[in-house]
Amino acid sequence: MPIQVLMPALSPTMEKGNLAKWLKKEGETIKSGDVIAEIETDKATMEVEATDEGTLGKILIPEGTADVAVNTPIATILADGESAADLAKAPAPAAKAAESAPPAAAKAEAPAPKAAPAPQAVAEPDPEVPAGTEMITQTIREALRDAMAEEMRRDADVFVMGEEVAEYQGAYKVTQGLLQEFGAKRVIDTPITEHGFAGVGVGAAMTGLKPIVEFMTFNFAMQAIDQIINSAAKTLYMSGGQMGCSIVFRGPNGAAARVAAQHSQDYSAWYSSVPGLKVVAPFSAADYKGLLKAAIRDPNPVIFLENEMLYGHTGEVPKLDDFVIPIGKARIVRSGSHVSIISWSNGMSYALKAADELAKEGIEAEVIDLRTLRPMDTETIINSVKKTGRAVTVEEGWAQSGVGAEIAARIMENAFDYLDAPVARVSGKDVPMPYAANLEKLALPSAAEVVEAAKAVCYR
Amino acid sequence: MAAPKKAAAGAAQDKIDGGSPPEFTKEQELKALREMLLIRRFEEKAGQLYGMGAIGGFCHLYIGQEAVVVGMQMALKQGDQVITGYRDHGHMLATGMDANGVMAELTGRRGGYSKGKGGSMHMFSKEKHFYGGHGIVGAQVSLGTGLAFANHYRGNDNVSVAYFGDGAANQGQVYESFNMAELWKLPVIYVIENNRYAMGTSVSRASAQQDFSKRGASFNIPGKQVDGMDVRAVKAAGDEAAAWCRDGKGPYILEMQTYRYRGHSMSDPAKYRTREEVEKVRHDQDPIEQVRNRLLAAKVSEADLKAIDAEVRDIVNASADFAQHDPEPEAAELWTDVYR
Repeated sequence: MPIQVLMPALSPTMEKGNLAKWLKKEGETIKSGDVIAEIETDKATMEVEATDEGTLGKILIPEGTADVAVNTPIATILADGESAADLAKAPAPAAKAAESAPPAAAKAEAPAPKAAPAPQAVAEPDPEVPAGTEMITQTIREALRDAMAEEMRRDADVFVMGEEVAEYQGAYKVTQGLLQEFGAKRVIDTPITEHGFAGVGVGAAMTGLKPIVEFMTFNFAMQAIDQIINSAAKTLYMSGGQMGCSIVFRGPNGAAARVAAQHSQDYSAWYSSVPGLKVVAPFSAADYKGLLKAAIRDPNPVIFLENEMLYGHTGEVPKLDDFVIPIGKARIVRSGSHVSIISWSNGMSYALKAADELAKEGIEAEVIDLRTLRPMDTETIINSVKKTGRAVTVEEGWAQSGVGAEIAARIMENAFDYLDAPVARVSGKDVPMPYAANLEKLALPSAAEVVEAAKAVCYR
Repeated sequence: MAAPKKAAAGAAQDKIDGGSPPEFTKEQELKALREMLLIRRFEEKAGQLYGMGAIGGFCHLYIGQEAVVVGMQMALKQGDQVITGYRDHGHMLATGMDANGVMAELTGRRGGYSKGKGGSMHMFSKEKHFYGGHGIVGAQVSLGTGLAFANHYRGNDNVSVAYFGDGAANQGQVYESFNMAELWKLPVIYVIENNRYAMGTSVSRASAQQDFSKRGASFNIPGKQVDGMDVRAVKAAGDEAAAWCRDGKGPYILEMQTYRYRGHSMSDPAKYRTREEVEKVRHDQDPIEQVRNRLLAAKVSEADLKAIDAEVRDIVNASADFAQHDPEPEAAELWTDVYR
């Protein structure tokens, strides 16, 4: 029976890719290990190797097709003795693949669909964007790259350093194109030595340069946390205000997908407990851009927590010459009167989905995207809770000593008399991140848990 | 068991072979003498004030090691940066920082370099290009490499000098920094102040490779062992290293073989070495006595040397007076300088 070749997943977070090129033609003999096609993801171009032997029977997805979902059948391989006539016998595509991939022919002609938009509510206009501003749709990855490029054009003291940021174009392609525009002096590949290069960055910043230090993930920044906290965060104070450092430490934070315990930790609570640091953790593409620009200009050390799951998400970004969002301001992204749901970064995905579900049941949730964790916009939280009388916090990190615990304490301190129910926390489970797909899902928060918590505080 | 081993380690290094360094001019000798005396008298006074309870916390004295920082400073030029660890008072005075400001920081007063908020281990002077004063062993090596990175980035011809001890030399980030410094040809002089003890652990008990000048060998960084008790040898080595860095050839390592007379900190009884060992170094190799003897041999009068000593004592006494009478920081100062 003919064998189906499926669109492969080339990274833990890949959901779709472009079929760039077929290197074998229909009817050609294929040996195991032959490169049969090239697939482009938003991160890289990868070769697809055959794992089966035979003849390339039929190409189901022509080259040049964009956004082919993972697991979509892209070709069939005929075993010895089989002919094109046997193709009819090929098993129907798996239900999951069929669902996400329209027939190949139709798809090839249709314009490439946009990448999946991030689930962001637009109920509340962004106060930072003047009415009538033209918006462009871009991925968060592009928004981050543009923010860095704009700031590097503006200020020659800004440079970016980290592992694979230059020639490789970024492990997650966030720094794509920067080397070409700014050259090797300002886009610097470092050896795999987080502790050392974080210290080099801080030392350079102490002289007035403005480094952007990329960590491939914040999990690796644990090697460098001494320099971040003891050198970057504390020097201004220890020097009586004489010497500080303007530096951004950025990179993906928290869980990606199926990368297990050592690569899936949320450091929001760790860094946000440290005076001297500012901590930013945006959700929308516009906020990623505007806040990264603000972080680069900030004269203090800023921890800029990104989320790998969001890199490919698209959003509307204002087309302005200089779009900067002030650090320290939360944003109400959906208004409501029954319960306040407070989150940031990818936690917003669960919060917004939950708000949609709750609305169906007549509960109007007010959803607050904190965007900055330190300094925390307590005022926006408190004003919302005074209105709703109920609050749910949502975070991917652990509950103990978490940011949700901090928010709950601030609500208790500032709005105790307004509360109609105890604050509820939805968080990552109190375990290291498991690898198994089902367990990983259980370990992370879910929209259902947020719905449940919101109903509980509403006594519904 | 441990005692004979320590003695052996000490004996092995008693003879520091410095070769014959170039002679100083009389002016250089006098300058070196004055700078070293200032550090010694300052540190003696700090020790006294600590004993009186005027200085709190940790207090690491530099007595015995003065030739290292004074000789190196004589090899530097305007704009060169200096960074070191927690045994930092000598470095600050050598870079020209004001004794009053340093002493008042030790006593935690508002006139201190960090307004009393940094203390002995955390002082900085942008004006004098002194970048601290760091309490985390080894951190200053990466930071100092970053200072050199900034010089390289800006295309100036300044060098940075990152001082660290034989103990810090075993930290991982030191080698991460060595690698990057040589890879990118950064103008940094790594000065390893080998005073033979990392707190209470002798070099022989902590270091597999005890020749610290070779610590950069696997990165192709040149290194040199220097008699760190002879200020002339230090200056000559500093000149050589600085020229190497300014020529764009990358980093350079200088192992300064030196000795601290006092304990690791004021609270260290120094039971890990014998009194005889300390006395022998003081008697045979004291950096200040070496200069004084050469000056006397060159017919500088005892009275002239006494005048230098008196001038230095005046500065130190004035700093102690200032540091004890300057008010403590205002309570509101608690909340300033967290962000700018």
